[in-house]
Amino acid sequence: MNVVGAGLAVIGAGIGIGLIGFSALQSIARQPQEKADIRTNMIIAAALIEGAALFAIVVALIAK
Amino acid sequence: MITSSIYTNIKTTLLLAVVLFMSTNVLRAQEHHETTTTTSTSAVSEKEGEATTTEHATEEHATEEEGAFNVKEVAMHHIADANQWHIMGDSGIHIPLPVMILNRTTGEWVVGLSSMFHEEEEVKGFVMHHDRIVPANGTDAYLDLSITKNVFTMLLASFILLFVFISVAKACQNNKGKAPKGLQNIIEPLVIFVKDEIVQPNLGKNTDKFLPYFLTAFFFIWINNILGLIPLMPGGANVMGNIAVTLVLSVFTLLVVNGSAKKDYWKHIFMPPAPVWLWPILIPIELIGVISKPFALMIRLFANMSAGHIIVISLTSLIFVFGKAGMSIAGSATGAAIAVPFVLFISIIELLVAFLQAFIFTMLSAVFLGLALEEHHHEEHAH
Repeated sequence: MNVVGAGLAVIGAGIGIGLIGFSALQSIARQPQEKADIRTNMIIAAALIEGAALFAIVVALIAK
Repeated sequence: MITSSIYTNIKTTLLLAVVLFMSTNVLRAQEHHETTTTTSTSAVSEKEGEATTTEHATEEHATEEEGAFNVKEVAMHHIADANQWHIMGDSGIHIPLPVMILNRTTGEWVVGLSSMFHEEEEVKGFVMHHDRIVPANGTDAYLDLSITKNVFTMLLASFILLFVFISVAKACQNNKGKAPKGLQNIIEPLVIFVKDEIVQPNLGKNTDKFLPYFLTAFFFIWINNILGLIPLMPGGANVMGNIAVTLVLSVFTLLVVNGSAKKDYWKHIFMPPAPVWLWPILIPIELIGVISKPFALMIRLFANMSAGHIIVISLTSLIFVFGKAGMSIAGSATGAAIAVPFVLFISIIELLVAFLQAFIFTMLSAVFLGLALEEHHHEEHAH
């Protein structure tokens, strides 16, 4: 069960980070001059999602 | 300006190191008895104190019987703190570290080097179990103030930071108006990066006041993460993957944010801009928000760094899984052929993550502080 939980968490994080990458690339393509700002915000959002996914993984690891 | 903030940075680093040094072990001793968090492999299976030794004995027994390589146990052991520096071999070569343990049940101090302990051999009521010193009977309350692997790495990191920043601060003063020299070339852009990209956009006019804290947090986390990536002796400790360390760091952020918050911050919590009948719901939510932000900081840093270490050790374990724990050379070679490129790949990603997590921690701390310092001059237009 732990492994299933970890896998589900990774799916969630994958979708989330994929969406961020998708929209970040799109917005950089539209507004190349805003590249630096978009990149910073992209990294912050990705880290937040990753944090949520890692919560799940920590729970999956600790729960027996 | 940079010079002065570097000097303040040095002072804060010292303070941080001392507090962290005190905190990790105290927390660890308490965790041992109360919760099931990370600090040691045993802590996970140790909910009911006295069951420990037997439980572990059965686990090990089972592993030996199957003849299989237990990756999970190895990984959990690898990310845990240790009272000695394991170099190689099952019982073989260790670098001893200082031990200072107070047995709170008997009131006795055990002081010395960890070399006086050997695996599963009782000394003064304590026993070395999987590189950790725990009470021999499994039930005694104890306070461990030893220089463990993590504490040693943190002290080392502090000394590196002190050395680097003192020399850079001097160079800054001597080279005023001239081109930077030596280490200054590396550190100055980083200091300016933290100031211009992280602190300034969030804090505005308060930047100079809070810059030293953010510089300290950033460089302390980063240097510890980098040291954790070095597989050999002075590195390899999972400092930021120890929840006690990240707890203390996030408590600092909690104190800085709430200690310097302006009137509007508290007003927003205790008198939210909503109808009065909603306040009983909103106020608890806002209060949870105060705690949950640093809590997320703590878990994020801890989980990210631990995850990196677990991935690397799991990939390395492939060699032993395929090679039947070193019995089959062909299997080991296959495992190594798979493991080496993957470990290299993950290590390079981890190099980025080491920086990124320091950046994220500092960035989010700055965002929280920026929100707390904000003053609404146009309250009536804002909502």
